[in-house]
Amino acid sequence: MIDWSHTALTIGVILGGALTLAGLLIWVERRLLGIWQERYGPNRLGPGGCLQSLADMIKIFTKEDWIPPFADKAVFVITPAIVVITALMSFAVVPIAPSFVVSDLNMGVLFFLAMSSLAAYSVIIGGWASNSKFAFLGSLRAIAQLLSYEVFMGLSLMGAVLLAGSFNLSDIVDAQQQVWFVVPQFLGFLGFFMAGLAEAHRTPFDMPEAEAELVAGYHSEYSGMKFGMFFVGEYLSVILLSAMTVILFFGGWHGPWLPPVVWFVLKMSAFIVLIILIRATWPRFRFDQLLSFGWKVVMPLALINLLVTGGVVLWKAG
Amino acid sequence: MEILFYIAAAVTVLATLRVITHVHAVHALLYLVVALIALALIFYLLGAQFAAALEIIIYGGAIMVLFIFVVMLLGPLAVEQERTWLKPGAWVGPGILALVLLGEVGYLIAIGDHLPITVSETRQKGVSIALYGPYIIGVELASMLLLPGLIGAYHLGRRVSKESR
Repeated sequence: MIDWSHTALTIGVILGGALTLAGLLIWVERRLLGIWQERYGPNRLGPGGCLQSLADMIKIFTKEDWIPPFADKAVFVITPAIVVITALMSFAVVPIAPSFVVSDLNMGVLFFLAMSSLAAYSVIIGGWASNSKFAFLGSLRAIAQLLSYEVFMGLSLMGAVLLAGSFNLSDIVDAQQQVWFVVPQFLGFLGFFMAGLAEAHRTPFDMPEAEAELVAGYHSEYSGMKFGMFFVGEYLSVILLSAMTVILFFGGWHGPWLPPVVWFVLKMSAFIVLIILIRATWPRFRFDQLLSFGWKVVMPLALINLLVTGGVVLWKAG
Repeated sequence: MEILFYIAAAVTVLATLRVITHVHAVHALLYLVVALIALALIFYLLGAQFAAALEIIIYGGAIMVLFIFVVMLLGPLAVEQERTWLKPGAWVGPGILALVLLGEVGYLIAIGDHLPITVSETRQKGVSIALYGPYIIGVELASMLLLPGLIGAYHLGRRVSKESR
């Protein structure tokens, strides 16, 4: 029998934690970018400026919620919800500590992939429903990018699945008690992390929303809290990418002395900071470079990695 | 469990109806996505977890995204033309044929014995062992079918880029 109170509590903690962290990240990112670029960043409200997101949220709620008359209204309104729903659904299978997981699904990895492939719709129909050229161009780029990088993402995490012998994320974490999968699966880790950056459309893969050429890409026409949802969705997928990297390649909650939850949050935060550091230091790729890099470099590497891993697993099994 | 099944089944049927009757191509495709997701839920409820996940990843995700991509690229959508095609007269033929099938299904339900929905959980391992054991020929044939498709797509794409140069 399912323990309903435990499940409800876990859902509450994970949803609340993820959403709070996403809100906080908006400030963390601006502040860190500021520090790395030798300026202050937002530092006025609260200690160190940490209440900045709260002020932003109040501002964004009082803004005019404008739906362009030329937009496809129903689809336009539903899109920001898809962004946040698909990102939050993926957190259902993320194991933070032993038995601290909403649903310890047998096919956790597949569920994560399924949700990330559904997340593509938000970008596509958002850009299409806006009925504006910039948004449409942004969503065309996003589709090509997401479809390509989804393939590599699946391929490069299959190495970890092979080594653990399971699609269950808790089993994958437990298989890393001796050695983290980043050691035998370094290529897989690189491929997964790059594909994840492209899926979350973060720099250097943020062509779909390149503000220098496309205004804001697929969400150009969105305003008010609808734009806020796109923003929160992006940070949610950054958190999700960090969490999945930690689970698949960096031993999840395993670590000496400290309790499991602390280890998980520490590792995850390290990856979030790394992602922000990448944004602070790397320029944007050109779009054709991005696609040919994906198909000509990442794809063969992921396939070779999978082939070698499969061979080694078979050889060890005798 | 059973009530979840019927809800998912109802969503699938209604969404599929809207796919056929909607005059707006992109909206119809979005309904098709909903139908596929509901179908995945049915698979999951009946114990076919792996099929459910693949239904969403491959059909709901990759293939439908490509469909919408292509339809979007077709430019201004011919809603008016679709409306003229979807005149009531066009429904007579398909309607009669579908009624025949409906009658058959109703007859089968009426005479058949009412077994409860049985759930036999099939895990990924079971599916894989079946695929690469007794059904290996099918897998190989399917991959041979996909390879010409890949080469053909590459060929067509190449010719277009030469012309544009």
